[in-house]
Amino acid sequence: MSAEPVAAVVIGASAGAVQALSEILPRLPADYPLPVLVVVHVPSAPSGLTTLFSTKCAMAVVEPDDKEMLAPGTIYFAPPGYHLLVEPGGSVALSADEPVLYSRPSIDVLFESAADSFGPALLGIVLTGANEDGARGAAQIVAQGGSVLVEDPATAYAATMPAAALAHCPAARALSLDAICEALISVAAQ
Amino acid sequence: MNEAPAEPVEDIEIQLLLEALYQRYHFDFRHYAKSSIKRRLRQAREQLGFATFSAMQEKVLHSEAMVGPLLDYLTVQVSEMFRDPGYFKAMRERVVPHLRTYPSLKIWIAGCSHGEEVYSFAIMLLEEGLLDRTMIYATDINPGALEVARSGVYPLDRIAAFTRNHQQAGGKTSLADYYTTAYGRAVFDKKLRAQVVFSDHSLVTDEVFTECQLVSCRNVMIYFDRTLQDRAVGLFRDSLTRRGFLGLGSKETLRFSEHAAAFTDFVREEKIYQRGEA
Repeated sequence: MSAEPVAAVVIGASAGAVQALSEILPRLPADYPLPVLVVVHVPSAPSGLTTLFSTKCAMAVVEPDDKEMLAPGTIYFAPPGYHLLVEPGGSVALSADEPVLYSRPSIDVLFESAADSFGPALLGIVLTGANEDGARGAAQIVAQGGSVLVEDPATAYAATMPAAALAHCPAARALSLDAICEALISVAAQ
Repeated sequence: MNEAPAEPVEDIEIQLLLEALYQRYHFDFRHYAKSSIKRRLRQAREQLGFATFSAMQEKVLHSEAMVGPLLDYLTVQVSEMFRDPGYFKAMRERVVPHLRTYPSLKIWIAGCSHGEEVYSFAIMLLEEGLLDRTMIYATDINPGALEVARSGVYPLDRIAAFTRNHQQAGGKTSLADYYTTAYGRAVFDKKLRAQVVFSDHSLVTDEVFTECQLVSCRNVMIYFDRTLQDRAVGLFRDSLTRRGFLGLGSKETLRFSEHAAAFTDFVREEKIYQRGEA
């Protein structure tokens, strides 16, 4: 972990995302002191993710509007069909630019913009998935001084995405979902 | 040394590049959302083969030929005909009955890019029997994009999505009635644009040019910062007649706008607003 206190968490997940996120997000308390931004690859609107996780999670779960200010205790799901970015100053910017690696929302786009905005105060997490999205973004987070955790490819539902993140980003640590969840809770206590 | 950390060199270079583009050519991207403009500029730098933004800036200042390609990176928007079908369905079912009460109509499609939204509105108005009495102003800052919009020609492989959207939007006819195909492309009927004026207009630097009953500006202001969003919404307010309509993108909102009080929700879930009486 970097020395700087974490100010925001970004999470990317693809194939197997709902299962993996279900083991993490519901365990975060309602007063979790950080904003948590999540990109899941979903085929089309409406994704149903906010409805699903609202019922499971203690934290507030939203699909943000453009220029919304990030707040603690809130999970932000990228709206289907839009890239989710973070502006310097900590507000949301959405974009309808081309898909990246066939995906919109794209994990790389979220990670790279959040890395630029939060620098060393960012924690990135790459979960299960069957493509390479998130690998470049993870490297960018580390390049800006932040830290990256990756779901252990050996136990992930789809190993490709975590494996790609680890390959691009040697400073990232591979952990079980359980250990990732514990890390999330402990960085918030710093 | 205990000074505040210096701004990253890349950010300084980006500011200088945008300043050059403005001072030299009057294209003003200085108040675009930083995160998305940075991403687009990084793509442009990579694909146009520059090592740094400073090198790009030097080229921009000295070669006008550089401006077109750069604009294409900075303004390219990806849209579909009848994108977000629920929006067009709400327009048809909730807004069109109001539009019918006017003897003549003006509609402004702001930031029309390649024109998908323009043809969507034209088809809907034709189906509703209103196209003859409507003038549509389709504006964008990118001359290349306006040229594509004016041509009404789209790759054939996009037609399936357009057709699906048109049906979901409550289309009363077959989309195939409005285009012919040739050489892998779909050419939309000239009659759809007989009432359309395509024009160069910037929400950043230009003023209001007409009074209209409806403004549709979707997924354009997401690329602006708050200051610039306020300017654009102010233009829409000043352009709209009393009780005129403003349609935004599905994740855009007037909640954060300094002009929010001038509008009321009309179809909340589709981000269609109505200008108040004041």
